[in-house]
Amino acid sequence: AQAQTYGLGREALPEEVAAWDIDVRPDGLGLPEGSGSVLEGEDIFLERCASCHGGFAEGAGRWPPLAGGQGSLSSDDPLKTIGSYWPYLSTVWDYVHRAMPFGDAQSLEPDEVYAITAFLLYMNDVVLDDQFVLSNENFTDIHLPNEDGFFMDDREESPLFPPHDVCMTNCADSVEIVMRANILDVTPEDAAAREARAAVAA
Amino acid sequence: MTDSHQKDGPTRRSFLAGSAVAGAAALTGTAARATDPDPAITEVQPWARYLGDGVDARPYGHPSEYEAQVVRRNVEWLTADTTSSVNFTPIHELDGIITPNGLCFERHHGGIAEVDPAQYRLMINGMVDRELIFTLEDLKRFPRENRAYFLECAANSGMEWRGAQLNGCQYTHGMIHNVMYTGVRLRTLLEEAGVQPAGEWLLAEGADASAMTRSIPMEKALDDCMVAFKMNGEALRPEQGYPVRLVVPGWEGNMWVKWLRRLEVGDQPWQQREETSKYTDLLADGRARRFTWEMDAKSVITSPSPQAPITHGPGPMVLTGLAWSGRGTIPRVDVTIDGGINWVEARMDGPSWDKSLHRFYYEFDWDGSPMILQSRAHDSTGYVQPTKDALRDVRGENSIYHNNGIQTYAVAADGSVENVEIA
Repeated sequence: AQAQTYGLGREALPEEVAAWDIDVRPDGLGLPEGSGSVLEGEDIFLERCASCHGGFAEGAGRWPPLAGGQGSLSSDDPLKTIGSYWPYLSTVWDYVHRAMPFGDAQSLEPDEVYAITAFLLYMNDVVLDDQFVLSNENFTDIHLPNEDGFFMDDREESPLFPPHDVCMTNCADSVEIVMRANILDVTPEDAAAREARAAVAA
Repeated sequence: MTDSHQKDGPTRRSFLAGSAVAGAAALTGTAARATDPDPAITEVQPWARYLGDGVDARPYGHPSEYEAQVVRRNVEWLTADTTSSVNFTPIHELDGIITPNGLCFERHHGGIAEVDPAQYRLMINGMVDRELIFTLEDLKRFPRENRAYFLECAANSGMEWRGAQLNGCQYTHGMIHNVMYTGVRLRTLLEEAGVQPAGEWLLAEGADASAMTRSIPMEKALDDCMVAFKMNGEALRPEQGYPVRLVVPGWEGNMWVKWLRRLEVGDQPWQQREETSKYTDLLADGRARRFTWEMDAKSVITSPSPQAPITHGPGPMVLTGLAWSGRGTIPRVDVTIDGGINWVEARMDGPSWDKSLHRFYYEFDWDGSPMILQSRAHDSTGYVQPTKDALRDVRGENSIYHNNGIQTYAVAADGSVENVEIA
């Protein structure tokens, strides 16, 4: 069926689409031509990335670690990194290119992004050869360890979902408080609100 | 004893309420008596004597100075940097269902983009018949609609997965706001470009330094999504995406791309950072759910709560809170003051709009003894808000997102309130 149109807007020019359409998909759609090596990536990473992400992509201070954590996902303290958690290499290329370095986004050339991505693969032991060169030609040959670790939202099939009756009276013999936020005491202090309450209640 | 959806009769309801707060009736019926005259009445107050500001003093008004504590708050230890961070709506101070624009929580990944509306452009590209560019003026020439929706961050209550941590519903439930959006149906814009039959996915992208991107199934894009340029009647605030944001009703806030600059039609999801590394829900076995879009039915008592203690002592009081569901409306909320041993149906008040906040009240006489408060939302699909323990049984403790478990508050005899968990 032909939908109503209003004739508003104008046709986008190829240069305009190229300037903004920078996304990359897991099948490689959107990758520009280019290449970069692990060793080139290490140099760029040390200069542009390591101050937050550490020299080995292990993370610095509170900034995100990008490597490590393999095998930790079912532990009490999972470390979710590119190597341990991310499903697709395309996301690494895309995200670094679109949003990093933090505070100076979209300042990296495609070859630099290939090189950084190659370095991150090496830091995560996905490639073991420090002479490895990543390019748009071999990009989709690389698979990250946790590619199969995700599945489509199935909450509606969970036991929580079917409509059910609820108990309204005499639902338990007793209840006991087992955890208190005050013990942690990590909530920001709000003296102004306390004083305002006291003033009105006085 | 169970009870499905039938309403309690007045006799049974009053019996339940009465038994839960035994002895309260003795406190009611007589207003307190003053002994000394009240100087707030007997002395002429300055505002009753002197002239106030004229009409030119406040071209864009602010709240009373006595409401200075009603502000968004940041929790410094949550994130590494305030530009990729979140703050919290003071829901404990608000009533009704509409969030004032200046109090709507913020979540940025690259700070607030200050976009010049004259330089604003929206591109539609990809699998469409015509790749198009719109200016803001163009967008305002399409037919408009007005809809109120809640926007809840997927991580709202995320710090509480492992137990009671932050003391106040602003912090545990305040990554939410509910405003009236004015804008254009996303469907209208997509039809202008002409979506090709294989175009089953839409990528929405922001113009800020994080270039936020999310994949949205075309079915949702053509259903109820909006491209909005006004909130609560005025232009979007910069921190909410001025001049244009995406509205994705009922779905996790991350998808409501702010400073919207581009919509791309494709035949597969893009698997962007915000739908792989982030906004995927890790389960106990090490696997993770992806594309957990809907925000399930949830509620919270906003007063009394840790930041809104009872200051008036025993007697008549108002318990109130918010309930919402990404899958419909909220026809019913149950509340308990004894930790879930006995429940009563709260009174819903105000409009009941699809995928919007709902307000509930429970008025009763407090006898001054400690209470354990909870609220339990039912949505229009029949889904019942689960306990935190029921959620943990299915998901473990590391999913970060989508914690819609029942919140518990312990009220002490002095009226102070604490975030707790019970068993």
